[in-house]
Amino acid sequence: MASTKAMAAPPAIALAHIDKRFGPVHANRDISLEIGKGTIHGIVGENGAGKSTLMSILFGFYQADSGEISVDGEVTRIMSPTDAIKAGIGMVHQHFMLVGKFTVLENVVLGAEGGFVLNSGLAKARRELERLEKDYGLQVDPDAVIDDLPVGLQQRVEILKALYRGADVLILDEPTGVLTPSEADHLFRILRQLKAQGKTIVLITHKLKEIMAVTDRVSVMRRGEMISTVATADTSPEQLAELMVGRRVLLRVVKSEREPGRTVLEVKNLVVKDASGTTKVNGVSFVVRAGEIVGIAGVAGNGQSELLEAITGIRPPSSGEIRLNGKPLPCDAAEARAQKLAHVPEDRHRLGIVTSFDACENVILGYHGDELYQKGIFQDRRAIRSDTEKKMQDFDVRPQDPNLRLGLFSGGNQQKIVLAREIEQDPDLLIVGQPTRGVDIGAIEFIHKRLIAMRDRGKAVLLVSVELDEIRGLADRVLVMCGGDITGECAPETPEKQIGLMMAGAAA
Amino acid sequence: MSGPSRELPRWVDLGLIPLINLIAAFLVTSLVFLAIGESPIESVGIMLNGAFGYGSGLGYTLFYTTNFIFTGLAFAVAFHAGLFNIGAEGQAYLGGLGVALVCLPLGFLPMVIVIPLAIIGAALFGAAWAFIPAYLQAKRGSHVVITTIMFNFIASALMIYLLVNVMSPKGSMNPETRTFDPNAHLPLIHDVFAGLGIEIARSPLNLSFLWALICAVVIWLMLWHTTLGYQLRVLGANPAAATYAGMKPPRLIIIAMLISGALSGFLALNEIMGSQNRLLLEFTAGYGFVGIAVALMGRSHPFGIVLAAILFGALYQGGADLSFDKPTVTRDMIVVIQGLVILFAGALEHMFRPQIARLFQGSRFKAREA
Repeated sequence: MASTKAMAAPPAIALAHIDKRFGPVHANRDISLEIGKGTIHGIVGENGAGKSTLMSILFGFYQADSGEISVDGEVTRIMSPTDAIKAGIGMVHQHFMLVGKFTVLENVVLGAEGGFVLNSGLAKARRELERLEKDYGLQVDPDAVIDDLPVGLQQRVEILKALYRGADVLILDEPTGVLTPSEADHLFRILRQLKAQGKTIVLITHKLKEIMAVTDRVSVMRRGEMISTVATADTSPEQLAELMVGRRVLLRVVKSEREPGRTVLEVKNLVVKDASGTTKVNGVSFVVRAGEIVGIAGVAGNGQSELLEAITGIRPPSSGEIRLNGKPLPCDAAEARAQKLAHVPEDRHRLGIVTSFDACENVILGYHGDELYQKGIFQDRRAIRSDTEKKMQDFDVRPQDPNLRLGLFSGGNQQKIVLAREIEQDPDLLIVGQPTRGVDIGAIEFIHKRLIAMRDRGKAVLLVSVELDEIRGLADRVLVMCGGDITGECAPETPEKQIGLMMAGAAA
Repeated sequence: MSGPSRELPRWVDLGLIPLINLIAAFLVTSLVFLAIGESPIESVGIMLNGAFGYGSGLGYTLFYTTNFIFTGLAFAVAFHAGLFNIGAEGQAYLGGLGVALVCLPLGFLPMVIVIPLAIIGAALFGAAWAFIPAYLQAKRGSHVVITTIMFNFIASALMIYLLVNVMSPKGSMNPETRTFDPNAHLPLIHDVFAGLGIEIARSPLNLSFLWALICAVVIWLMLWHTTLGYQLRVLGANPAAATYAGMKPPRLIIIAMLISGALSGFLALNEIMGSQNRLLLEFTAGYGFVGIAVALMGRSHPFGIVLAAILFGALYQGGADLSFDKPTVTRDMIVVIQGLVILFAGALEHMFRPQIARLFQGSRFKAREA
């Protein structure tokens, strides 16, 4: 533990014996941690390891059952985010807490308007903002409307918001999930600059590469416990992954060469609009052949979701053509399934599962009309149950209880149930969106193997992911989407930097 | 990260919590009784005796129960599909028209023919009245809460018009139809028993009570053992997942509302064909709205709905006896009691849940650590 090392100045944050239970779930077990002043401290761990709980306790969303928090060497009671802000702790959430229609300045003063008359507060805030921008190199136009700003700049506003409130310690929760590689690089430059100015930064992430790139020290959490805190220079991604999971994991995807076969999916000049009528997919054409995985890379929100929804029959396209096995594919999810198209949706909770239903009822979702599941006019409960048991076994779903509500499974196990349902239908084309979002490392390895196995059986796989590493590891061919267009096609071995440029819209 | 785990044993969720809510409602009721100077214990005794203590009291209790089963089921079916059908009142009203249109002209036919026809009439008219809001919701996105409640008023106006101007016999000043022919009366339970040589107390309880129980079983089978029920429940639990799974939400919305409307229409079998034997104004008497509370209290499960319907039937009948026995307890007091039960069992149904959950999780912990 870090406390063994004598430090001259008191640590910026010291957690001592923090313990927190949610009913039967022991989210944090006796956690002690010291975060040195002016350092960048990474916290890694699988989903459910307790890192978000720990940070929520530090930021006052929850109160620990026992244990204490010291800020700058003084024991501090943090009962609410207001207390945390007063103690100089700021948080940049994974999902930004910004008002889209307001300007940068209005967002920065939100909740700290200072007095009854808004304008005087705004004028003061503008001066303060200019100072912050100068000191930390965080340039943003204070009068720009949030909705008009790219995601990277919106995140900068979040950081400014925390600094404006006098934060000396900044907690960033999965900050790079929505950024292109170059935006992420820029963020890291900002973090280093903040560090140079004496700020302390806590970085929560599941991307080991980022930990290696930017942190000074790193703490690994597993199942609510603090496993280890080490200097980043003394460790490696492989060692961190092993500490996180508790066993050796393969970070690289192993796959053999394979020659693609006939064309399975053909998309021609597809145009898709969203509910508000904005064009999201702008005349896209590509093919996916049997025995290949085509990966679509891109920053979230560049039309990938709408593209997937159009192909799978959820959102009607405005124009263009989709052919599956040579036949035109109507916009009808039931018909698409009948034509052997399976779909693992990007947003599992919104589309792929019904959390209040048990595993059995989720395994038949989309295939509820299959003869296998019917007995006369009734559903064949026994057949459904045995089919579910078999799928749970094949995909190593834990706990293996077909009558457990799906909401009580972990993200990884929920995803395994969705994959089992879709893959076991033996489709010709598997469409997978964000296959490992919210999934722990152990399950990621398993899911990747299953996708490769699909391809090796001669099936076509269309993969959309915002994790560039995942695309590069799995895909045989990479398409890059930006602003509703395919801005390039390249081999997966193409350097990340070059793919990153295409993701930002530059031509290949 | 996961918040407090909210999983409780089924018997706690379905049995203990409603019971605690009910006790809380009666405790507050006791305060009201004390405030008007009546003994709560004596009053509850009178109510219980009125509802269950003697033959015809029990008959009335089950007669009211029948109404609540129909309207409770009606609300529950739509609720499972994510629809808030508060138009049972109007749909039941129109169901009465369907029953009358069978019973008035066809009363000469044998009973075994009239009864199925009347069931069909009630279902068709109730469903038809639900169809328009359903269609508007499915195709135009007009919210059913708004449209169904407006349709209650339209139903009311339509029935006044029909009963005053069209359906009342010539020369009659009463806004009601003539009495149906005897073959178009649903047999009363005490008559059925008398036919078997068993003497039981007289009450308006009739064969539609059995039909209500049959409906409860059929709806249970439909919801949890057919593909249609599965689809309705997916639509209610996660509409986006229903679209993903290739279901057709507009079609499902209409089907759910049609079933719901038909069940509401059956209320008329009990009130019109079973008891009044003629079509008259305002026979729905708020049963459609109380059905919402019945469904919520019964956790939208047919079995729970039957139990909740018995509770409300007992409140109606026991309350009537109480206000008869005790002049200080007016009809309005009974409404207060019903209101408190609805408040605690429906609106505040989760009030005690966190405490109970903590109790259970605490005890389970100890068990594990011991």
